[in-house]
Amino acid sequence: MLAAIEPTTTWYLLLGAVLFGLGSVGLLVRRNPLVMFMSIELMLNAVNISFVALAVRFGDISGQTAVFFVMVVAAAEVVVGLGIIVSIMRRRPGATADDLAELKG
Amino acid sequence: MELLVFVAASAMVLGGALGVILMRNPVHSALGLVLTLFGVAVHFVALEAHFLAAVQVIVYAGAIVVLFLFVIMLLGVDSAEDLKVDGLTIQRPLAAIIGIGTVAIVSVAVLRTRSTIAAGPALEASGDSNIRLLSRNLFSDQVLAFEITSVLLIVAVAGTVLLTRKQSGPTGARKGS
Repeated sequence: MLAAIEPTTTWYLLLGAVLFGLGSVGLLVRRNPLVMFMSIELMLNAVNISFVALAVRFGDISGQTAVFFVMVVAAAEVVVGLGIIVSIMRRRPGATADDLAELKG
Repeated sequence: MELLVFVAASAMVLGGALGVILMRNPVHSALGLVLTLFGVAVHFVALEAHFLAAVQVIVYAGAIVVLFLFVIMLLGVDSAEDLKVDGLTIQRPLAAIIGIGTVAIVSVAVLRTRSTIAAGPALEASGDSNIRLLSRNLFSDQVLAFEITSVLLIVAVAGTVLLTRKQSGPTGARKGS
């Protein structure tokens, strides 16, 4: 009986919604810049799940191409972001996101 | 069987995500991220997006998380972050409200369109393999975006080298002062 139930596209979309929510909470709560970056990765993956689920549902491969580009941009974003974090941390060891408020008006 | 795979992979995804946002040690957060990324890769396999599953494991779990771990090692920020000290007391509850609100809004939107998604027409599957379809789409319709991606990667690499370079020479001395 239970084995007859197959996950539908809606299930994947709901999973993506929950994962996106967890990522946004992590981004808002954590103050370590590295963990904030990891939360952004969670949000990107949530969107990727939704993209692939809908692409498979409608038989359109363009959604999977979009996921491919999201992955490329995420890799570039992580490289630049970690470079910025390294150059900040080299000058001020142990800085959290709250400490980086010099530009605050 | 599909249900079992879905439940197991979803448990991996959500457990890893909780690990990322709850673990005090950044290394443990990175390991939670690995768990999440592998769960997403399992979902991709279940959805028959085989190429993306392979890329997910190689690029995300293989490259990005290793990059995170290298930076953690380089900076030595493996000292546990003190979650007790809070800059703004209102920040935690506000974040919880925003998170729950986001999930609620998106879930309601998804559930409202459930019948549309179920009734929508599926394009005829052409029978080609996933990677063949993807490459045909990538190198015909999206070829301009693909080429621009190479510019993005070059700029990212050059910019990172410039950012993290050890400053030396007269300009470095001026900047370092």
